Amino acid sequence: MTRPARSELVKIVLFLVAAAAILFLPRFVSDFRAQQFAYVGIYLIALLGLNILTGFTGQISLGHGAYMAIGGYTTAILISDQGLEIGGHVFSGDLQDVWTIPIAGVVAGIFGFLFGFPALRLAGLYLALATFAVAVATPAVIRKFESFTGGGPGINLFDSPRLTGVGGTDPETFEETPAGVSIGPFDIPTFNEWLYYLSWGIALGMFALAWFMLRGRFGRALRAVRDSELAAASAGVSLARYKTLAFGISAFYAGVAGSLLGIATTFVNPETFPITLSIFLLVGVVVGGLGSLWPLVFGAVFIQFLPLWAQSISKSPGAPAVVYGVILIAVMLLLPMGAAGLIRRVTWLASRLTTRA
Amino acid sequence: MAQFFQQVVSGLASGAIYAALALALVLIHRATGVINFAQGEMAMFSTYIAWTLTANHGWSYWPAFAATIVLSFIGGLAVQRTVIRPIERAPILTIVIVTIGLVLIFNGLAGWIWSAEVRAFPSAFPNETILVGGVAISVQDLGTIGVVLALVLALWAFFQFTKVGLAMRASALNPDASRLVGVRVGWMLGIGWGLAAALGAVAGMLAAPTVFLDPTMMQALLIYAFAAAVLGGIDSPFGAVAGGLMLGVGLNLLGSYIDFVGADLRLPAALLIILVVLLVKPEGLFGKPVARRV
Repeated sequence: MTRPARSELVKIVLFLVAAAAILFLPRFVSDFRAQQFAYVGIYLIALLGLNILTGFTGQISLGHGAYMAIGGYTTAILISDQGLEIGGHVFSGDLQDVWTIPIAGVVAGIFGFLFGFPALRLAGLYLALATFAVAVATPAVIRKFESFTGGGPGINLFDSPRLTGVGGTDPETFEETPAGVSIGPFDIPTFNEWLYYLSWGIALGMFALAWFMLRGRFGRALRAVRDSELAAASAGVSLARYKTLAFGISAFYAGVAGSLLGIATTFVNPETFPITLSIFLLVGVVVGGLGSLWPLVFGAVFIQFLPLWAQSISKSPGAPAVVYGVILIAVMLLLPMGAAGLIRRVTWLASRLTTRA
Repeated sequence: MAQFFQQVVSGLASGAIYAALALALVLIHRATGVINFAQGEMAMFSTYIAWTLTANHGWSYWPAFAATIVLSFIGGLAVQRTVIRPIERAPILTIVIVTIGLVLIFNGLAGWIWSAEVRAFPSAFPNETILVGGVAISVQDLGTIGVVLALVLALWAFFQFTKVGLAMRASALNPDASRLVGVRVGWMLGIGWGLAAALGAVAGMLAAPTVFLDPTMMQALLIYAFAAAVLGGIDSPFGAVAGGLMLGVGLNLLGSYIDFVGADLRLPAALLIILVVLLVKPEGLFGKPVARRV
């Protein structure tokens, strides 16, 4: 264990301050906003995962929506009453939604780890191509295996008694159950607020996890692979081990995010995880900054709120995509390091101005 | 047996469309080492232009067809000059992301201008079949194959017998040396993008009568074109055409004779082809293996 440097202690303090701010935010915003911020937390998790792979290890993935789909469907199958029969044993209904989240992450992580092996032989452009094809083919695969996934209509989770925090009617006693959750002395009044705390709680935990993973030897190895595979390999970094691990970890993050997305939307179907989701994740990482961690919050806010903002300019369905595309290209041409690069540049300028004065 | 031949011919027709789009990808990849992820969306956009010319401005089919090709050429050239040129030397990740940005822009613009509803697109060929030795062959399939073959021949002649074609081949092979002998390499790359856009437009217009016109119409076709280009060798124009035709026939037979694949698993099958070829024989069936000095 590396001892934390002073600058890192500052970071830890800032992290705790941010966590406190996140804790109290729902007290000041409407229930509807709380739901939107919950989605920001979910996207943040997915962006962290994608950035570990693309930003830190240099492996392009245009197909991270596919891992989110695996996570979302794992959760949905485990919660729903539809049941999944494997060898006579029916898996269904015995899990509360919260406990399916880590399972979803692990399942997606295994898929990611396994995809990492063929990906070892694909460099740059070809990896982009293969992952893109995976993302486009995912909805077709989901539709085909109807008995698992419910086909086109998907799996509906709404009104499921295993969904925490949703009000409804108890299926046995026909009594109204109140919405919201109470944990010890804390009362979370609505489903949306519960969603907010759930996704941000997990997002903060996984953010800290990413930070700890990347600050030491492991992160250095990943960056070495990104900057020069040849140099990394000659310095004794096993390319195969670190690339497959990066794929696995990255897919684990995506799986957790997908699981939360399924819980948040209370249903999953092939359209929950379209190719555009994978593309938007890439947009989010680029806007936040490739190879950055906390600026990814900007990326997550961006992909959640830009469509809403674009719709206020034009009601047309194509408007958000055009704005996304223009911003994506503009960022790549003018600000290749995204928000992280902008912040770095501004603080550098500020420090120069203050030292001169 | 008659049914088998029918499936082969209709497979060749869809394969011809994959081939045209794959050829567009190969043209750009050969010249610049870039895979244009927006090739499909650009083709979709071109198809909308053709549609609006015929449906809203009363043009008849072939003039609209020709005008669309010209407009697409100009559009492709303009995209290369404005968006792609500044990042020519950037890392691959940057280039991929920029072409993904183009995907979003063209997709969004089409929805913005023409709305996302599904529309019928006219076909140049009558909806009839002719009997050849007991096999019913649709005229539309024959027309599609004919148009693509004519196009491929014209392109071949262009590259083989014209000065511009020679200059383009030279700048793809060795940009620095070409520059030294006075070839304007930048413009050659631009023309390459224009030609690719024109090829895509043809693929889009030929595909639209059967897949119908909407902003997502080319997404699956682009994957098939990727598969065709990879199968034939991503740097081989001949390979792209052969790969497209093989893929069209193969997927069609797979879909009609193996129940498990059916119509739903064609796309995943194409994905599988991409993965297997890249892993086992990355240079494709007709490409030359690339030796890299490290």
